Amino acid sequence: MTPVVAPSPLLEVRDLRLSYRGREVLHGISFEVAEREILAVIGPAQSGKTSLLRCLNRTVEMIPGAAVSGSIRFRGEEILRTRRVHELRRRIGMVAPLPVGLPMSVYDNVAFAPRCAGVYDRAALDAIVERCLRQAALWDEVRDRLDLPGTRLSGGQQQRLTIARALSHEPDILCLDEFSIAIDPVTTMRIEEVLRKLRSTMTIILVTNLNQQARRLADRTMFLWKGDIVETGETTAMFESPRDPRTADFLSGRVG
Amino acid sequence: MSGGTASPQPFAPTAGLLARRRRERLARGVFLAMTVLMILPLAGILGYLVVRAWPSLSWSFLVEAPARGMREGGIWPALVGTIDLVVISLAVAAPIGVLAAIYLNEYARDNWVHRVVNLAVITLAGVPSIVHALFGLGAFVYAARLGYSILSASLTLALMTLPVIIASTREALASVPRSFREACWNVGATRWQTIRAVVLPNSIGGILTGIILQVSRAAGETAPIMFTGAVFYKAVRGGTLLPYRLDEQCMALSMHLYTLATQVPNVRPSIPYATAVVLLAVVLLVNAAAITLRLRVRTRPKW
Repeated sequence: MTPVVAPSPLLEVRDLRLSYRGREVLHGISFEVAEREILAVIGPAQSGKTSLLRCLNRTVEMIPGAAVSGSIRFRGEEILRTRRVHELRRRIGMVAPLPVGLPMSVYDNVAFAPRCAGVYDRAALDAIVERCLRQAALWDEVRDRLDLPGTRLSGGQQQRLTIARALSHEPDILCLDEFSIAIDPVTTMRIEEVLRKLRSTMTIILVTNLNQQARRLADRTMFLWKGDIVETGETTAMFESPRDPRTADFLSGRVG
Repeated sequence: MSGGTASPQPFAPTAGLLARRRRERLARGVFLAMTVLMILPLAGILGYLVVRAWPSLSWSFLVEAPARGMREGGIWPALVGTIDLVVISLAVAAPIGVLAAIYLNEYARDNWVHRVVNLAVITLAGVPSIVHALFGLGAFVYAARLGYSILSASLTLALMTLPVIIASTREALASVPRSFREACWNVGATRWQTIRAVVLPNSIGGILTGIILQVSRAAGETAPIMFTGAVFYKAVRGGTLLPYRLDEQCMALSMHLYTLATQVPNVRPSIPYATAVVLLAVVLLVNAAAITLRLRVRTRPKW
């Protein structure tokens, strides 16, 4: 085993366990994420992928009956015990599987997080909105109608709006949870292009239901199976010669 | 269900199709009949009331005080009394109810304490008004020494409407999709920031409707105020805008109607009906105001 990790990992997960009302869904998993890499997390449904992301930004606390143990260190600070949870969520951005345009204008959708953090200066907000919408490849489509309700955009546009919103608080890590599940292939490709560009400035954790998407984008890939990590490795190597037979079966479509 | 052999005409009626059509017509007919059945008595009551009340309905009926032992004259003291009671009771119940509902729906964890609280709220909402009346008598009139007064009566009405306002507000809050809240939490918004930016703007219509519906309930109830602060008759000059002090007893429309119908002999027959029409009109007006307000606050949910 020669894990491909940078000397000091940005994110260090140790023996992470999560259970919902006594039913354990993550059985003590450990992994690391390096600065400015794309880590893909693949695995069949119900394998704990979304639960894992919910632990990273601690929205898991919003689920009744959820109990977490173990350790998640972000730049050395313990995520599971920090009291500055809202700051944590600004550092670790999250994009949910289904696009969510909030029922407010496109502009307000993107300006929401900065405002929550205390930015009210109009010029600063204007700049943030334009930067994020450009980064999310949505600017050209909405630049003339920033006052349109976010809920009126098409599904693909709303998903890019969601990404713009996640970029608006300048996270160090951007987590995406099966972002392509509800959008068309063309938009998917555009967003993948966006992610490739973002990689130079931030770390991306990409939970995906499309193995090929992991192959196209990720530096490393992690295979999650029934709450355990089966295998983590450099993406091409893992896809070409998986070490674990379960990985081989999953990648070839025999299971999952 | 299928007709079996293929027919040369693709849409030719089969036995199954005809049966389905019959059932469809029957279902539609039943629903329509029930709607008509519901409207008929309503329209009947309204029409009957207005016809019987007609001889007394006039501006002076509204703004004058009762005369000759309430056998003639107007209803001004009762009208103002009802408005006072409703306004004060809602001024107390609405803020408390809405804020409590926000806590219960947005902050409270799902544990046994909050389940008991929820059960209590639902139970209180179903308690008959006479029970609230007795409680108000004990708590406000005697224990809190507010005496028989507008204040006691209003607080009793507030107590009666509170659980229903909590329940309807919670329902309005719960109608905002959870995904909106999660999207806000994901960008580091606090619960309060989420509530202010997304939850309240998209549920305020439902919240207001729930509150306004309690106006009609507070205006129409007789028992709670009869025990705590409403009187048969109080000499008040017609047309005065604020004739009552808070520690005084007052007249009220529902009480007045009850009095006229059961306690006063030889009332001009159209007067009780006119009183009922005014009570109905007040409720209708408030409901119309609610609908207008709702339309203004937010044209329509935007999802």
